[in-house]
Amino acid sequence: MKIPEIAQLIKAEICTKNHDPDTEILSACSADLMSDVMAFSKSNALLLTGLVNPQVIRTAEMMDIKAVVFVRGKKPLESMIAMAEEKGIALLATDYPLFVASGKLYQNGIRGRGE
Amino acid sequence: MSTIVRDYSIPANDFTIAGEASSSVRKLLSQLGVSPDVVKRTSIAMYEAEINAVIHGNGGKAHVEIDESKIYICISDEGPGIADLDLAMQEGYSTAPDSIREMGFGAGMGLSNIKKNSDILYIETEINKGTKVNITVFFSK
Ligand SMILES: Nc1ncnc2c1ncn2[C@@H]1O[C@H](COP(=O)(O)OP(=O)(O)O)[C@@H](O)[C@H]1O
Ligand SMILES: [Mg+2]
Repeated sequence: MKIPEIAQLIKAEICTKNHDPDTEILSACSADLMSDVMAFSKSNALLLTGLVNPQVIRTAEMMDIKAVVFVRGKKPLESMIAMAEEKGIALLATDYPLFVASGKLYQNGIRGRGE
Repeated sequence: MSTIVRDYSIPANDFTIAGEASSSVRKLLSQLGVSPDVVKRTSIAMYEAEINAVIHGNGGKAHVEIDESKIYICISDEGPGIADLDLAMQEGYSTAPDSIREMGFGAGMGLSNIKKNSDILYIETEINKGTKVNITVFFSK
């Protein structure tokens, strides 16, 4: 699924400008603990999180994660947006809680680890 | 290729710039044409060690050496040291306070993530002296 489709599905605002709209997202990981994210090994992945700080962007960078969705109405800080744009990572923000946002993506074919 | 050497300082308690050293090394490896899998494994191992130096070790230093076959990383700090290394290596064991957990770290997975992603891991630690985490990742196995 491409980033604009994901945004539409979970009614998310895309906060960054320069992501690649053709990036194909195949898998996702939902977590608030970054070390749990770093134990996740799939590629072309999306991260859903309720945590808002610069280390989320850093973790996404280290993990080759292409897009991050902030849930429950949380918005990334300006400094995080700038950092993500520099690294080519898309940032999205949705009002849905973590479980619902994850469920909508799963229902539409995005898969997790260990299946 | 001759050996490439890089040194970075890791400031204490600065969550905004924590990970800068790992980010620089990641870029360097990509530029050198190292395979994405190796870049990712190296990044995870170094980043977890860098974060540990920030949150547990009062900051420290990163020393990196890259030659044609491998990358060697030493993250050192002069913090409190680790009393029981076997215990610290266990998944889920953490002495991080809630304030760190609220920042997304302190799950107790860091050292095991480092171990999983490095080919050689050697940790030297002494109480009240500090900790050195030596990581080697080979470019091809
Ligand atoms: N550089 C360090 N200096 C002192 N103690 C450390 C250091 N690195 C790790 N530790 C100890 O080992 C524990 C486990 O580390 P780790 O697996 O990275 O988990 P976490 O960082 O999430 O607590 C830490 O909670 C801490 O007690
Ligand atoms: Mg840690």
